[in-house]
Amino acid sequence: MKKQKCIQEDAETKISPFDFLSEEIVFSILDYLEPNPFDRKSFSLVSKSFYSIESRHRKTLKPFPRTSNDHRHDQLKNLLKRYPSIIQLDLSLCPRITDSCLSYITNSCGKTLKSIDLSRSRFFTHVGLSNLVSNCVNLVDIDLSNAVHLNDTAAAAVASCRSLERLCLTRCKSLTDIGIGCIAVGCLNLRVLSLKWCLGVSDLGVALIGVKCKQIRSLDLSHLLITEKCLPSLLKLEYLEDLNLEGCCGINDESLVSLKQGWTSLKTLNMSYCENVTHVGISSLTNSASCLQNLNLSYGSLVNHPLSESLQKLSQLQSIRLDGCQVTNSGLKGIGNWCVSLKELSLSKCSGVTDDGLSCIVMKHTDLKKLDITCCRKITHVSIAHVTKSCGSLVSLKMESCTLVSSEAFFLIGQNCHFLEELDLTDNDIDDEGLKFISKCSELSVLKLGICLNISDEGLIFIGNGCPKLRELDLYRSIEITDRGISAVAHGCPMLEMINVSYCENITDSSLISLSNCSKLNTVECRGCPNITSLGLRAIAIRCKQMIKLDIKKCFNVNDSGMIPLAQFSHNLRQINLSYSSVTDVGLLYLSSLGCLQSLTILHMEGLTPVGLAAALLGCGGLMKVKLQSSFRNLLPRLVLEHLEARGCVFQWRDKVFQAELDPKCWKLQAEDVEEA
Amino acid sequence: MIRKKLETIPPSLTQIKLIQEDIDTKIKPQLWDPKTMLTNLSIMEDKIHQLQELVQLIVAKSSINQPNEFLIQQQQLVTADLTSIIIQLISTAGSLLPAVKHPNFSSNPNPNPNPNPNPSAGNGVGSLPQHNNSDDNHDSDGNSHGNMVSKMEDQSHETDHMDVHEEHDDDIDEGENLPPGSYEILQLEKEEILAPHTHFCVICGKGFKRDANLRMHMRGHGDEYKTAAALAKPHKDPVTEVKLIKRYSCPYVGCKRNKDHKKFQPLKTILCVKNHYKRTHCDKSYTCSRCNTKKFSVIADLKTHEKHCGRDRWICSCGTTFSRKDKLFGHIALFQGHTPAIPVEEPKGGEAVGGYNHDHGDNYNNNIEGSKEVGFFDFNFNSNGSAGDPSVCFSPMNMESCNVNRFQDFPRTLFEDSDNFSLLLPGSCNYLWKNGGESSSKDL
Repeated sequence: MKKQKCIQEDAETKISPFDFLSEEIVFSILDYLEPNPFDRKSFSLVSKSFYSIESRHRKTLKPFPRTSNDHRHDQLKNLLKRYPSIIQLDLSLCPRITDSCLSYITNSCGKTLKSIDLSRSRFFTHVGLSNLVSNCVNLVDIDLSNAVHLNDTAAAAVASCRSLERLCLTRCKSLTDIGIGCIAVGCLNLRVLSLKWCLGVSDLGVALIGVKCKQIRSLDLSHLLITEKCLPSLLKLEYLEDLNLEGCCGINDESLVSLKQGWTSLKTLNMSYCENVTHVGISSLTNSASCLQNLNLSYGSLVNHPLSESLQKLSQLQSIRLDGCQVTNSGLKGIGNWCVSLKELSLSKCSGVTDDGLSCIVMKHTDLKKLDITCCRKITHVSIAHVTKSCGSLVSLKMESCTLVSSEAFFLIGQNCHFLEELDLTDNDIDDEGLKFISKCSELSVLKLGICLNISDEGLIFIGNGCPKLRELDLYRSIEITDRGISAVAHGCPMLEMINVSYCENITDSSLISLSNCSKLNTVECRGCPNITSLGLRAIAIRCKQMIKLDIKKCFNVNDSGMIPLAQFSHNLRQINLSYSSVTDVGLLYLSSLGCLQSLTILHMEGLTPVGLAAALLGCGGLMKVKLQSSFRNLLPRLVLEHLEARGCVFQWRDKVFQAELDPKCWKLQAEDVEEA
Repeated sequence: MIRKKLETIPPSLTQIKLIQEDIDTKIKPQLWDPKTMLTNLSIMEDKIHQLQELVQLIVAKSSINQPNEFLIQQQQLVTADLTSIIIQLISTAGSLLPAVKHPNFSSNPNPNPNPNPNPSAGNGVGSLPQHNNSDDNHDSDGNSHGNMVSKMEDQSHETDHMDVHEEHDDDIDEGENLPPGSYEILQLEKEEILAPHTHFCVICGKGFKRDANLRMHMRGHGDEYKTAAALAKPHKDPVTEVKLIKRYSCPYVGCKRNKDHKKFQPLKTILCVKNHYKRTHCDKSYTCSRCNTKKFSVIADLKTHEKHCGRDRWICSCGTTFSRKDKLFGHIALFQGHTPAIPVEEPKGGEAVGGYNHDHGDNYNNNIEGSKEVGFFDFNFNSNGSAGDPSVCFSPMNMESCNVNRFQDFPRTLFEDSDNFSLLLPGSCNYLWKNGGESSSKDL
């Protein structure tokens, strides 16, 4: 009604109709545009007023470097000038944030800033952090992961942020107990803390966290060298809901038994890779943890009857992961006898899973939503029949390498599992008929059909027609696939984001051209497709602007002309593999204008010269990782290498000999040989 | 042989028979002095009034919402004041003790087996008041009297532990529990203890610290000293050895290691006597050259201290320093607002700390207990620092020597000694080894 009126007026006064919308309405329209960054961009281009409204309304910002030159600071400055009310700043695409840069951010965001992500950034020090913390007094969330260079002084700077609730210090290896002690004393409101891989932190620091930070809800202590000494004080955390003790080898049965009690508030517990903990320790821990919902015991002790019995008391349990454990039949049957109804079960890479045991579980736990039986090689059609019969609400089924499962199983999946969203059939014995059944699962968003040698275009056409919500499709080495199948998928699944057609040798440019229909595509892997040329790449580059990862290794016919559109349009491109392609220095130089490009793999490219390579690498300001033939190590000027390394680029020198491509069936046989050996 | 044996026993070392008169002469002049008692009581009265005012102030202010930290500080203050009053009360009451205990006291340290079933000085705590009760049961005040004594005994028992910690080298005999009289008590004179050498060559007069060194020296004086018999360790007569265990008494009157002390704890060896006497009753003449603050009377103590003085000092934001990281963390866990201080020195130190967690396991035994422990000892130090040596303080014989006014000083001595103390804790000797481990595990 109002809109109509606006349009009427517009006809008379020739003023843009949008100018009559009230700011509140525009704001709420903006809120609906959230998921796609390009939508917001187009929105702000409508008019000057929309531009300014969008600038004022934007709360979150994830800047990415447009160019790889050193003007990036200016770019960031302009961005921050444009968006004055940023609450959440994600700098994970800006690898280089210096102290001066941080101080500019500090000054322009000031008190509005609540969250900052520096997990991928380097070059800032405790000076910048201290500046940040003292000016942005309302900071609630800081992510400092991977800041291997940060020391205790930086931690002390962070500790002065009293309001901090979430702090991520993953892989801050230079931190010690002293720094953690400062944080424990300073940030008393901490709710979420990750100390994963902080190898300098010991029992003392962790214990102090337990004593001081009473508000902690979630604590990640993965891979720390802690022992039972810190556990008693962690027990004092009465609100602790999520505890991650992955890979804490210092914790054993005795330490858990000596605790005599566990955390009553705990909802999620991860004790994977705790080699020294068996059912004895776990049962003593779970005795009092009646709220436990998620339990991860992957790569731990034997799953036998005592273990399943000790977990029986957990009346709220919803999810259990037992990946990589050795499993006994009685253990599985024990799980089957639990009175709770599991929603998620992972038995990935468990040895000892049999039809008998699995059937027993799924017949009891009929609410199962996620089931992972990757590499449970002993199971057959029987298990799948039970799964499909009793677990009608299954959302995710991963059954990679369940090679004994026969084709009837796929019929049952298609018939009974209508809510299935994720299906992994990699290395299964499925054919076009099977895909026809699978295509009845209309909710499918992730489908993995790698190394399914028997599927062809016919099957893919069923998928393209039946699964419009598909986001991820993996066709690695499913060699019968041709352009026809891909085209059907590209047209039937416009939401497609990731596709892998590696080593499907029949794929040509026309596949890529049809895939360019899917504008959300961000990952394309088409290794070893010799028929793909720069033409197809150009189509993808122009229309799929969200492209992040591109793998065109062994696409021998891709040359420099394919790089021009990439450099021009794919501003989000972060990772590219150009090995064995015909791209030369020139192509690389084009790519160097991409500010976002972080990872570059360029092995066995004949057209590369040391000088051209040096120029290209120097141009790519954001490079973090380069895989190069080791012969270049001596050919590149030492100064250039040193400069690049100082910028934060890591070189991985490879000395692989040129590998000729094998016949696909021969490849599978070889792979199986390797597995058996 | 016999001559040599005689030489090894210092001439002034005499066997002591404790006689009734001996003790009487020592105790009589120090019997209960009503004047001192009166001054003590009036001081206590003042203190209680002060405390009353303080608590009234807190009550008045409690209507206003106050920060948690402030309240805790006040609480600590009140607790500290109360503690000092209690200590004063007990020590004042303690001055009454000789009068009460006198009838039995004389027989206590008697080495001869005594038919009297009185508990000896070193024995259980509970038995003593019981005994008092039975003795004084005709007294109308008997009960309260007994209670008071029992309280005092408890306190002194506790302080005995403190004593033991302070002289950790000498306390090997702590758990020995030899019945009185089953051993022979020897007492060296002060000069004897402080003499640098104890073994002298009869020919040239050269002094040696060790008997073995003397024997090696003697070889130079002629062939007769080179025989296997002369070089062998002087053989003690097995018969007397079994019958008479030798224990030593400290010549310092009033010391718990002195044979006249009511809770006498003998020292096991001459070395123990030497270390004890130097540590407790001598000036601390050796100053640490690194920090210039720590002083020691035993040179070995200085050397031990110097090994980790100034290295990896763990510092709290309140200025307290610790020699061990777990002690620092215990301290921080206990107090609110205290933060570990970042060492300003080279970052290398930080790296070394990085590897620390690998081998700290043994030292970390009492993380949470540790926090309590620190508090406990600090607390004890308060009373200790104010009243001097606890054994002296609670000894009725030295009541006058204990300056009552010093009670009021003790909040200032809160942390002065804690570092010193942590150094003396058993386990700190692992420190060096730990450092070595750090450097090797740096790469981990």
